[in-house]
Amino acid sequence: MAVSAINPMDPPAAAARRPLFGVAERDTLVAPVLANNPIGVQVLGICSALAITTRMDKALVMSLGVILVAMMANVVVSLVRNYTPTAVRIIVQLAVIASLVIVFDQVLRATQYELSLELSVFVGLIITNCIVMGRAEGFAMSNPPWRAALDGLGNGAGYALVLMLVAFARELLGAGKVFGFTVLPLARDGGWYVPNGLMLLAPSALFLIGLLIWALRTWRPQLQEKD
Amino acid sequence: MEHFLSLAVRAAFLENMALAYFLGICSFLACSKKVDTALGLGVAVVFVQTLTVPLNNLLLNHLLADGALAWLDPALAAVDLRFLSFILFIATIAAAVQVVEMAVERYAPALYTTLGVFLPLIAVNCVILGGSLFMQEREYTFADSVVFGVGSGVGFAIAIVALAAIREKLVYSNVPAGLRGLGITFISAGLMSMAFMLFSGIQL
Repeated sequence: MAVSAINPMDPPAAAARRPLFGVAERDTLVAPVLANNPIGVQVLGICSALAITTRMDKALVMSLGVILVAMMANVVVSLVRNYTPTAVRIIVQLAVIASLVIVFDQVLRATQYELSLELSVFVGLIITNCIVMGRAEGFAMSNPPWRAALDGLGNGAGYALVLMLVAFARELLGAGKVFGFTVLPLARDGGWYVPNGLMLLAPSALFLIGLLIWALRTWRPQLQEKD
Repeated sequence: MEHFLSLAVRAAFLENMALAYFLGICSFLACSKKVDTALGLGVAVVFVQTLTVPLNNLLLNHLLADGALAWLDPALAAVDLRFLSFILFIATIAAAVQVVEMAVERYAPALYTTLGVFLPLIAVNCVILGGSLFMQEREYTFADSVVFGVGSGVGFAIAIVALAAIREKLVYSNVPAGLRGLGITFISAGLMSMAFMLFSGIQL
């Protein structure tokens, strides 16, 4: 009886074992946070970044929602990517994302009802958030689940960074508060700070993101648009 | 009549989807480089919005609302399916966009070629889903939904065409390198948003 040359205890030689957190994985996670930021560079997910950044707690809950939905949607889409017919892939992605957002919305209503009322339609609009759809179509459809999860997390984190920065500026300058705690005592409450009312209105978010993009493109000149 | 007029003006100007609620900004920024594309996208949004908001209203009130399924079987009168509204809305929007795409291709081929890829992209445009979600939140009637659909679509069209007109002229200005293109567009849109706030003083 010939001894088999293949040791059954060795891992299968054909499967290329990717490291759990190698260079490629680290890049997938870290790149979208700054260098390839979804809001500043890819110009995705702007809608909610502008609308719900009047207070930091709203921005935080929204960021958590997008991070969770982006990660889980990426994983699910990646798991079924080899079985999804090309003609219906957008519908499949939409169905996955919509279901996850329904779950997040129900959990939010159960745990933080007042906040969910203030966020109103924007929780539902995570479905059409360009980041979630864009990454599901652009990355998860052609990458394995672990990389897709990291990509969802990275893009969600990049989105969260911009949202928290803008919310910080708007809440601090518009109401003198950070997360509801008074930092700059308002003049009408006996302090010295006369709040900048424009910061609480819609246009200020557009100005702030415009300035953020200016800063980002000055730091990375290769992002500037050539005529 | 006055109620509908006031609703239409509010939907188009005061609560402009793009400039007050910041919905549809991605396509707002991407398709506003030329007035022609902006106009095409605006018209398409008006079509789809007018179609989907009333349709979703009907489906919401006759399929999903609390006790709405009673017409099917009296035993189902206790069923409340409102938590499924997101997925129902997005499904009707995707279907409506597909139908509008086929109709435009058949009856207005020139418009179809101009719009190109933007027509299917309207399915994931925040304006369309946002319109349906606002309709649900504010509990509009069917007639209200039709007026709101037309009004909000027209408002978005006006905003995007105006921004495209400004951007076409901005090309000749001396904008700093870091602000060129996207940055200055954001700031222009911010100024437009401030301008649209003046409509809040109108009493109808």
